[in-house]
Amino acid sequence: MAGSPTPRVSATVIFPKPTLQQVLDNLRASGFRLIGPTVRDGSVILGTLEKISELPIGRLLDQKAGNSRLLPTHSADYFACTVGPDSWKRYLFPARSDLLTARRNGDGWIFTPASDDSPPFAFIGVKSCDLHAIALQDEVFVNGTIGDPHYAHRRQRVFMLAVNCSTAASTCFCTSMSTGPHVRSGFDLALTELPDSFVMEIGSEAGSNALAGIDWQPASAFDLGRAAQVTQRTERLIQRQVTTSDLPQLLYERIDHPYWDTIAERCLSCANCTLVCPTCFCSTVEDHSDLNGNRTTRTRVWDSCFILDFSHVHGGNSRPTIKSRFRQWMTHKLGAWIDQFGRSGCVGCGRCIAWCPVGIDITEELNRLRTAGAR
Amino acid sequence: MSQVTMVEPVTMMDPMLPRPAVVRAIRPEAYGISTFSLEYTDPDAPLGFAAGQFNMICLPGFGEVAISICSDPGTPRVMEHTIRYAGSVTRAIGRLKIGDVVGLRGPYGNPWPMQLAEGKDLMIVAGGIGLAPLRPVILETLHHRDRFGRVLVLYGGRTPQDLLYTGEFENWQDGGIEMFVSVDRADETWKGQVGVIPMAFYRTRLDHRRTLVFSCGPEIMLRFVIYEAMARRIPKEAIYVSMERNMKCAIGFCGHCQLGPVFICKQGPVFRFSAIEPFFGREEF
Amino acid sequence: MAENAKPRLAIFKLASCDGCQLQLLNLEDELLDIADQVEICYFPEATSQDLDGPYDVALVEGSVTTETDLQRLREIRRNSQTLITLGACANAGGIQALRNTADVEEYTRAIYANPSYIHTLAQSTPVAAHVTVDFAISGCPISRRQLLDVLTALLIGRAPELPRYSVCVECKRSGTVCVLVSAGVACLGPITQAGCGALCPSFHRGCFGCYGPMESANPDSLCQNLMARGVSRAETLRLLNGFAGGSEEFRSAAEKLEKAPL
Repeated sequence: MAGSPTPRVSATVIFPKPTLQQVLDNLRASGFRLIGPTVRDGSVILGTLEKISELPIGRLLDQKAGNSRLLPTHSADYFACTVGPDSWKRYLFPARSDLLTARRNGDGWIFTPASDDSPPFAFIGVKSCDLHAIALQDEVFVNGTIGDPHYAHRRQRVFMLAVNCSTAASTCFCTSMSTGPHVRSGFDLALTELPDSFVMEIGSEAGSNALAGIDWQPASAFDLGRAAQVTQRTERLIQRQVTTSDLPQLLYERIDHPYWDTIAERCLSCANCTLVCPTCFCSTVEDHSDLNGNRTTRTRVWDSCFILDFSHVHGGNSRPTIKSRFRQWMTHKLGAWIDQFGRSGCVGCGRCIAWCPVGIDITEELNRLRTAGAR
Repeated sequence: MSQVTMVEPVTMMDPMLPRPAVVRAIRPEAYGISTFSLEYTDPDAPLGFAAGQFNMICLPGFGEVAISICSDPGTPRVMEHTIRYAGSVTRAIGRLKIGDVVGLRGPYGNPWPMQLAEGKDLMIVAGGIGLAPLRPVILETLHHRDRFGRVLVLYGGRTPQDLLYTGEFENWQDGGIEMFVSVDRADETWKGQVGVIPMAFYRTRLDHRRTLVFSCGPEIMLRFVIYEAMARRIPKEAIYVSMERNMKCAIGFCGHCQLGPVFICKQGPVFRFSAIEPFFGREEF
Repeated sequence: MAENAKPRLAIFKLASCDGCQLQLLNLEDELLDIADQVEICYFPEATSQDLDGPYDVALVEGSVTTETDLQRLREIRRNSQTLITLGACANAGGIQALRNTADVEEYTRAIYANPSYIHTLAQSTPVAAHVTVDFAISGCPISRRQLLDVLTALLIGRAPELPRYSVCVECKRSGTVCVLVSAGVACLGPITQAGCGALCPSFHRGCFGCYGPMESANPDSLCQNLMARGVSRAETLRLLNGFAGGSEEFRSAAEKLEKAPL
């Protein structure tokens, strides 16, 4: 079926691994900037890709609380690395993005919205937990009554090439949060990595078009079986378990629990957990003007409930202590989010556990709070 | 491209973009507090707000602040904002002159439930600058006095100099509003009551079956207002409070104004007390 | 600042390396604009102009290490409406505050051929230990972007504000991989105030804390963690006692660490 017609939506096909390069070439030819996992600074970040050789082939991230080490492996798998410090929000909800400029005009002001000339992105290698995280941010930024055009402009044009996880880190707990490891929806293409080939599910018309001119075969029942085994095995690799059935009530009931004092001794309030979190959406705005104040740029910047000024109120601060900030983060992420958006704000990716400098583990802390007893 | 339903960006108004608005009048109210009348320079700017809603006012280079609209919703073209010079934005607003231009966007937030109050007695309890978001309620009841039963205003300030809108009190009274004004600390000029405002409950007789309470002020005052109201068997569902938190966007994106499960900018600032009770008054929450 | 007339700016130096005031000269794109907006009365590194006070704004770099400097500093304060300190020396005593835990006479004997010429105080102290400081810009050296932010704020009439959160926030915003978590490099970023743009971590070095403690810094927890990762106590102490070792938070953490049983 060389140069074959494109596969129909919801079909599953198989092709040799190096053929993925042609899929990437097709996407690039359609104007997408490819973003995917790549090795940088001794870890795996999400950066611009052109060649499949830029993927972290034959590497894995050994992740524990407060530790994430990039290690070589004996396999030549393309997507064996679990999630690194970056999440896709870096591209959809950038750490800094200009909102508007204000120019003085006589006695008045002219406000001009900032333009965003970013190209459409093709996300290569999105894990199931991160697909769910993107869906959560969609809820915040575009599915409410007022939409954020800056986010929507980027989000709407994304091509999503998802990956069923073939490995799990000790920090992973998507199975507890019902967010993985098997990709279910929200993708244009979803691949499963076999030793010599990729099994690819077509999720959309765009996904189908991306396979134009590629030498694919329909996946056989045997191929589908092998692919299913990959995610099944990954599921078994996920050791970490979190009980969520008593949330959010547990957190609401224990707002004044002495447990929170113990976390304040360890927590640095450095904000790393919230900034690596793929769902945390808090931001602040900064005004930067020229020396005579005639021209100002207003920029939206990632903020965090761990930053003191986040909770500034007239005459003081509503969360002056580390204890109150940690409580806000955990109570929102695992509790209040359910009331706000109908789902937990945690997707079980484990980033906050790995990238906490002092290794604070949100799953362990939840258990501590739970077993600390009512007060 | 992916299967997500989404608003077309081209049709999406940028909700963070202010429009220029000109300062039409400045009226000093108390020490460090003035009322600024603002009008959009664009005659086509959409108008209309409800009592209890707020606007975001910005001065480029200084930033943006959430300020309650304190004027009559019946005359929305010129909107009044009573501002205390507290932070760098409000201090800069304090240096403005008539004719100067600010950035304005809004109105935002959940208003006071005026329709629920129709046919009922309405008890308005305010402390200090907390009277500002309640002034539109008072003005509206004056216009439609026949739609409401008794209207009481319990208003307190720290000192006589901290009281707002004192020049209007006589009009309000003439319009059939029962006024109870007190100060925490009197001076030689003060002829009225002295004491914290929840004490004014003891000077009023209420029918708990038909009274709605609207209250705004410092959180400590709200706590006592709620206590006194409930002690008089007014149900939690009939008590409404307006809350204040730091806000950067006013539309639920920035995360700053969360109080437990609610975003004060979207579900608030006016809440039915029963809706936020588990989270109200919790230390450092 | 006076209406109409240009604000008068003066730049002074106590015990320091000049690196902070050099950052003003390094503002190449904005320097002419600044010179346009203010009257530079005293700035020996750039001009021989020496105009008397009073000044609207005095920028002071360096720590107090001599009696002469102490007198000068008091004079500067008397002459200045707004006094802004620049950098780790002015804010926390600087690297020369290492002498605060040593014998200064012994140092002078060891270093100078003729120690009798040296007139120095026993301690290197921050400016705020002697006069009221209106605003402090952190760093070693300070960031010219922050300096520009502060000058802009003063010129347009806004109270200057600089972030007080951790260096980690800058690493994460810029996409710099955490050197502590990914490579076990000892880093003070999680307890140090941002502002440098996370310069050292972006070159795979640990932060050595030159911006001083962030607000609510928790050095005890970080130090315990560093030592659990195998960083020696001596090395952890060396980091804490470095550029902002004179700060209350880092000093008391270092004292606690020294006293703790091994």
